[in-house]
Amino acid sequence: MQRIGVFVCHCGTNIAGTVDVHAVAEALKMEPGVVFSIDYQYMCSEAGQNIVKDAIKEHKLTGVVICSCSPRMHEGTFRKAAASVGLNPYMVEIANIREQCSWIHKDKQTATEKAIILGKAAIAKVHLNAPLTAGTSPVTKRALVIGGGIAGIQTALDIADAGFEVDIVEKNPTIGGKMTQIDKTFPTLDCAACILTPKMVDCAQNDKIKIYSYSEVTDVKGFVGNFTVTIKRKARYVDETKCTGCGECTEKCPMKKVPNEFNLGLDTRRAIYIPFAQAVPKVATIDPDYCNMIKNGKCGLCAKVCGAGAIDYKQQDQFIEEKYGAIVVATGFNPIKLDNFDEFAYSQSPDVVTSLEFERLTNAAGPTAGTLLRPSDGKHPHTIVFVQCVGSRDTSGCGKPYCSKICCMYTAKHAMLTREKYPDTDVYVFYIDVRTPGKNFDEFYRRAVEQYGVHYIKGMVGKVVPQSDGTLKVQASDLISNEQLHIDADMVVLATAIEPDKSARSLGTMLTASMDTNDFFTEAHPKLRPVESPTAGVFLSGACQGPKDIPETVAQAGAAASKVIGLLVKDSLTCNPCVAHSNELMCNGCSACEKVCPYGAITYMDKEFKMPDRTVAIRRVASVNEAVCQGCGACTVACPSGAMDLKGFSNSQIMAEVDAICK
Amino acid sequence: MQVTETKEFKPKIVAFCCNWCSYAGADLAGTNRLNYPADVKIIRVPCSCRVNPMFILRAFQRGADGVILCGCHPGDCHYTTGNYFTRRRMALLFSMLDYLGIEKERTRVEWVSAAEGAKFAETMNSFVEAVTKLGENKRLGDLRCKVK
Amino acid sequence: MQSEMIRRAKELLADGTVNRVIGWKAGEFDYDITPAVFTCPEQLDEGFLYNDFCQANVSKYLIKESRKEGKILAFLKPCDTYSFNQLIKEHRIWRDNVYVIGVPCDGKVDVDTVKQKGLQGILSMQCDGQTVTAQTLYGEEKFDKADSMSDRCLNCKSKKHVAYDELMGEEGEVLDSHRFDMVEKIEAMSSEERFNFWRGELSRCIRCNACRNVCPACTCEKCVFDNDASGIAQKAAADSFEENMFHIIRAFHVASRCTDCGECSRVCPQNIPLHLLNRKFIKDINEFYGEYQAGEDTTTRPPLQAYTTGDVEPSIVYQKGGNN
Repeated sequence: MQRIGVFVCHCGTNIAGTVDVHAVAEALKMEPGVVFSIDYQYMCSEAGQNIVKDAIKEHKLTGVVICSCSPRMHEGTFRKAAASVGLNPYMVEIANIREQCSWIHKDKQTATEKAIILGKAAIAKVHLNAPLTAGTSPVTKRALVIGGGIAGIQTALDIADAGFEVDIVEKNPTIGGKMTQIDKTFPTLDCAACILTPKMVDCAQNDKIKIYSYSEVTDVKGFVGNFTVTIKRKARYVDETKCTGCGECTEKCPMKKVPNEFNLGLDTRRAIYIPFAQAVPKVATIDPDYCNMIKNGKCGLCAKVCGAGAIDYKQQDQFIEEKYGAIVVATGFNPIKLDNFDEFAYSQSPDVVTSLEFERLTNAAGPTAGTLLRPSDGKHPHTIVFVQCVGSRDTSGCGKPYCSKICCMYTAKHAMLTREKYPDTDVYVFYIDVRTPGKNFDEFYRRAVEQYGVHYIKGMVGKVVPQSDGTLKVQASDLISNEQLHIDADMVVLATAIEPDKSARSLGTMLTASMDTNDFFTEAHPKLRPVESPTAGVFLSGACQGPKDIPETVAQAGAAASKVIGLLVKDSLTCNPCVAHSNELMCNGCSACEKVCPYGAITYMDKEFKMPDRTVAIRRVASVNEAVCQGCGACTVACPSGAMDLKGFSNSQIMAEVDAICK
Repeated sequence: MQVTETKEFKPKIVAFCCNWCSYAGADLAGTNRLNYPADVKIIRVPCSCRVNPMFILRAFQRGADGVILCGCHPGDCHYTTGNYFTRRRMALLFSMLDYLGIEKERTRVEWVSAAEGAKFAETMNSFVEAVTKLGENKRLGDLRCKVK
Repeated sequence: MQSEMIRRAKELLADGTVNRVIGWKAGEFDYDITPAVFTCPEQLDEGFLYNDFCQANVSKYLIKESRKEGKILAFLKPCDTYSFNQLIKEHRIWRDNVYVIGVPCDGKVDVDTVKQKGLQGILSMQCDGQTVTAQTLYGEEKFDKADSMSDRCLNCKSKKHVAYDELMGEEGEVLDSHRFDMVEKIEAMSSEERFNFWRGELSRCIRCNACRNVCPACTCEKCVFDNDASGIAQKAAADSFEENMFHIIRAFHVASRCTDCGECSRVCPQNIPLHLLNRKFIKDINEFYGEYQAGEDTTTRPPLQAYTTGDVEPSIVYQKGGNN
């Protein structure tokens, strides 16, 4: 039998004004197990807390019920007070007689009666409370960043800056991501490479940062503070430690007709290649799909010319296992495939390009060395039509239902830069809405229209028809003047919707990090915890969480880094003790609990049991990882046998409250 | 909205509220001094998905006249997915209770966020009104044997 | 079919594929048939039966049997295979230790249905597939097999085996049955009528636990009704929560896992149509979340362990209208 003390707070007149606090204290004194009951003006004050502490000591209380304001207000205060005199803090329960009683009722008798019932319910619960101890788990002081774009780079740099080791896993041969392909950045029009490449170099030179390029995460085990990650280092057939990046091999390789993914297939590269001049690490990679030596053992020219002896045709994929305390997902985005948008003739004419391809066509490091030329005939285009929202805000099912967010601004940038460099070019932009919320964004867009004379037309392009003379007939409607337009264009640029990288889905499964229907990672709270995944220890950086421009990505990257740092500075983590617990004797091993757990906190093992008839049986039973469980209780209801229960909110505790209220 | 209560009958109402949204919403209703009948007694649970149908049946069997379950809005669950499971479980349970001839107005699920103090009070007012209209719960006390 | 089954069972025993066989044998009466395990050819010759009275679903027995030494041969009827799959899904049966032979079924004679026709003093019963012949204290009676089957067989959901290692006889198909007709009829009643219907049925319950014990979805190591810590079991009080709510709690526990095998109604000594509770859940699940048949495969998530963001709200119960 518990020895329970009841403490009724007046909260000045906040409670005492409508509740007869003395009567409550007297009534609750009659409850079984209550050995002490008192009312006091301000229980949360130091004097009030001392009353609680003294009573715990004097009356050897094993449980405490505080009738006061919401537990969201002072539960922590009273738990701490109890702990200071040796009572387990989880033996304290609060009856909320202010927010949920005195403040909402006017009649004193009604309010008093309700307060007594709420007190009784809390007493009934305390009778079944058990002391809980928060466990701890150690923290591996190293972080993993998955994805080496600007988001991953910034996160890694910030974490390393705080003195922690951080590894970047990048699936491409170089870090840098999409930003390396961009020419200028809005709204300042500074050169993307000029601001990105120094950061890439910083990563390479920082001794806290290790870059696993051309690598992928293949398995994640463990939980916050204690992840074990398997990283696949794909064979690049070049010894990274020996290669100097001189580029001799890439010039001699006879296999010249390999589509160059860095330029989105607009030109070609060799079978052995360095993606671009400022690649980090600046190491050559052999493309095994095109290399003759790897395909049929004939050639070997690169090995002959390599002064460093770095070429190794026998290299195999390697799997390495590393331990991390925190994981940051920064897998970024890709433009969607345009298979569903035949009306724009993307697959029919080389002069219909995506915005990212247009970016390469205007980039000094691109296939045309920065001169805007039509891909089909290499001539200057004189009329360019930009089409916005290609696949964005699309509820037909062909594209994506969301706004890709960055297209309005980069289209304004493209249009403006085109007009600036080639004033003889007519530029049309077809839009549904122009969305420019951002610092200096609207000013930028207005400049495109007002200073640069870009023709913005509200309306959608219905069809693009390639003509025999090489032009593109663009059929569109102007929604404001309500007329049909026909424009003979030399080029059409599609502001293609962006989607999460394809690797995100499988990664989400590995991390048990939840994703929305569009495969964007879900944040722990949309407003208050925007850079954390609901899975503890997993953080989100950049466009893997939702469409973002560069400043937003960098801001989120920094925020994610600070959350990681906040985790890694701890030597150990205190776990929430109100977690699920499975009674192995009753567990069926049916996996129902595992299926509803949002955190992957439940695992199964085959365990030997000594049966009553002295035989030994092997049974599959669930076990809860208390460091991972957040205590939602979904599993307790899914469990058919009642083996799964939640500490602090157990079945019997809640039923006792129900009984007390309904009595 | 003010509820006119008959003098003879005061319903017993159990409200399960999730800690993160609805319980906070109830607190906000209190902070804003929004009235709802004292017949409503709140039980705090970490998440609406913690509410086992057994708890609801237990309440009715012990003499509750109505049981309401409040959670975060779908998509806003503190635990990401909890209330999605709640939604399925309760849809099936309520449908079953209706099938057994239990007045369906005695059970309800409502999504109330931490910011919706007014909605919490309105919800409770309308629920109490509906249950009061039905009168005492006689059917679900004991399905098996006798009318209470 | 029976002799063919015995022949094959002997073969598999002889070549060591299995060391036991689970099937059926006669109980106290020849129409009262019970599951049984056979370990040698002699036992098979002596007792093994497969006829129009073999109603029992043997899948549940495989939970214990599959954990024993060696492989067991199980003869499963189409509806037994659904239970079998569901138990595989829940990791209850060790698949590797069971050799399944699917056997055809064209509905079984249900003695309770026969008795409800007013037949008394039954001494023995035979069925040739079409006609049931009963010897009673008052002479011989003959009637159509179709008139002597229970609801679950008359409204059979499937003649297809969803799990087997080998198959005997012709494979059947999933049927378009009328199994929800009675549920719809109850739904169409007024709330008062529904309550009276169920009170009439459930008030006959004697809490013998037969429904629970036979149910292939009720396989908990320890049932909540036997577990003092669950807060449900209250053995002392006659007017307890446990007694009052037993059937709702049980139906909810098996919801989205129940394959609708109908064993609960078959074994109920009080003839309470318990399957109508389970079918209500199945019907609702189909309507709310899309067609789902528990046990159809071993991987799909049961609907109560899954969700979509666009699921119906519980308030659908009010919107459905219906009568109060």
